[in-house]
Amino acid sequence: MTGTAVIADRHHDVGAAAEGAPQRTDPLTFLVKAAAVVPQLLIPLGFVSYGVFDDGLPSEMIYVALLAFMALSLILLNAWLGWRRFTYTVGTSDIRVDSGILSRTARSVPYERIQDVSLEQKLLPRLLGLVAVKFETGAGGKDELSLTYLSEERGEALRELVRERRDDHSDAAILPGDIVEGERARAEPATAQSETLFTMGPRRLVTFGLFEFSLAIFAVLGGLAQYADTVIGIEVWDPDLWSGWLSGPSGWFAALGMAAQVFSAIAGLVVLALIGLATGLIRTILRDWEFRLEKTAKGFRRRRGLLTRTDVVMPAHRVQAVKTATGLVRRRFGWHRLSFVSLAQDSGSASHVVAPFAQEEEFAPIIRAAGFIPASEALDWRRRSVNHRTISMVGDGIALALVAIALLVLTSSDSDAFGGRSYLVFLPLALGAFLVVRQFYLWRFSRNALDADQIYRREGWFAPSTLVANRMKLQSAEIRQGPLARMLGYADLHLGLAGGTYRIEGVSLRRARALRRAVLASIARTDFSRLNR
Amino acid sequence: MDAPDGEPAATPNAQGVGDMPETFADEDGTLTRLHPNHRKHMRLEAGIAALVVCIAAFIANVILPIPPGVIVLPVILLAILLVWRMPHRRFSARGYSMDDNRLRAVRGIWFRSDTVVPFGRVQHIDVDRGPLERYFGLATITLHTAGTHNASVKLPGLAHDRALAIREEIRAHIKRETL
Repeated sequence: MTGTAVIADRHHDVGAAAEGAPQRTDPLTFLVKAAAVVPQLLIPLGFVSYGVFDDGLPSEMIYVALLAFMALSLILLNAWLGWRRFTYTVGTSDIRVDSGILSRTARSVPYERIQDVSLEQKLLPRLLGLVAVKFETGAGGKDELSLTYLSEERGEALRELVRERRDDHSDAAILPGDIVEGERARAEPATAQSETLFTMGPRRLVTFGLFEFSLAIFAVLGGLAQYADTVIGIEVWDPDLWSGWLSGPSGWFAALGMAAQVFSAIAGLVVLALIGLATGLIRTILRDWEFRLEKTAKGFRRRRGLLTRTDVVMPAHRVQAVKTATGLVRRRFGWHRLSFVSLAQDSGSASHVVAPFAQEEEFAPIIRAAGFIPASEALDWRRRSVNHRTISMVGDGIALALVAIALLVLTSSDSDAFGGRSYLVFLPLALGAFLVVRQFYLWRFSRNALDADQIYRREGWFAPSTLVANRMKLQSAEIRQGPLARMLGYADLHLGLAGGTYRIEGVSLRRARALRRAVLASIARTDFSRLNR
Repeated sequence: MDAPDGEPAATPNAQGVGDMPETFADEDGTLTRLHPNHRKHMRLEAGIAALVVCIAAFIANVILPIPPGVIVLPVILLAILLVWRMPHRRFSARGYSMDDNRLRAVRGIWFRSDTVVPFGRVQHIDVDRGPLERYFGLATITLHTAGTHNASVKLPGLAHDRALAIREEIRAHIKRETL
């Protein structure tokens, strides 16, 4: 289990002569890498020579040439050393890559974790007959292993080899009945080919649209106004323009009289509200027209959209967690949103909306179809730490009190902007009072719970959300504490969730440890390679 | 032992630099300290930075029309604290433990972090060695998982052999678990 074991493993011959020993990438790689850097050198060089020749001293040409030569040789030396020091080893159980000139990095990717091998050719490598071999594991894109560059034949051969090895390793790994799905999926009727879980009719859609009140259109109009500002020459933000229009030489607005002024102000607000409603309605209808969620043999299938119709299929076992959320107003009418957190991205956001607008009792069948159990009141819900609540309240209170004090100093001075307007001090004070109350209620409504397989988190005051994850599908667990948290015995628990974040904030240290123990015990039961197959 | 409260030391009289115990414990188990060279490494890194700052402070002190030592002395005191005291405190706050199926890494004096990565969730493993680390015979092991938060967990300051041994153990675990 020490260095000797590694070396022995490296020399262990697997079959073909090329395997088992460290190998370099194709020598032409050096060319491609150098070619990528040289243009970066040309730009500063251009500036230097421009500066020199501008003075009309062509005799200094020799220095520029010398400089260019030195920089070029450094780049080439660096590229060459980088190539020399980059080796890969196709071992019995993993692919290993050693790289770095001064700082050395050794990466090991076990075959079990390689989901696919892809070959990629950009223009220059293609002309030289080279390929980049990329190994896809579950890790994020930038952390994936890639070998740049191999000759086309070797790349192809390596891909075949790795695929063989991987299948050798994982054939045995796929047990009858996927373990993760296992217990709960068996309860599902196997006969149902395509079961509709959720649809939205036009009526529901219109109701939904009304709750999607949005004034985003004004941001767009603001942008256009800015455009008008520069192109047409009307200065929209110039107060003189408006006061000119309102009171102006003719003073028509002032002449309207009090009642008419109030009336036009109300009319303006009504128009604003109507525009907001219409925007929300149109956007919602365009996005969620004929929304349909089905459970098929391949997983969840979601279709929606009026002009752009999207059709997304997501395998059920890729669902990492389920989240319900709501809004400030819609909550009063019992409307909620259900989304799945999964490895795949859904138009920029990490979670897939599977029921954008539904009553809570409609969620249960969807959640169960994904192999999760919906959160219920019967669970042993625990609150955050009281100390955390107190600190948050005090913190918010102090912050806004400081703002109030600063304002008080400003307003008692003779400055133009603030002088004499001491009533301004009440703004931060009121906001501070609200924030303190808010922290109290956040504490009251935030809670967490465990059951046999899942971990639950609920948070939010006006618009509460619930996040439910299968503990087995989590990746890591971290307990974090700042100085105050350590003094007062609370902690944040960060759970590694593929495709999302899962943070349980401000629980007592003992509770954080208990939650983490439960998570780790569940994880230990199943290996990653069995999770996502 | 100056790990702040909540992280009790294994022995109360472990004050000295040389005789710090190899392990310390908390509620979640016993943690092993990193290789002693890790502290030297941190000191050297801090020393290089401190040297640059001290030279800058000296030059500033010479150039500016102020009494000698007004800038240099506080800076030197601060540098001594950063080079001598802080690496020791950071070192004593750090530790790791490993059992059959997980690696736990603890670090931080003020902001404490305590991360556990189950071997069953490791995607691939890096063993990194910078020039100074190589001089001290050290390595940093990085475990990559599929999570979005904490996707990569780093454990610096291991002896190179130990880092390789950990890598082999995790690899063997992955192989065993998927068979």
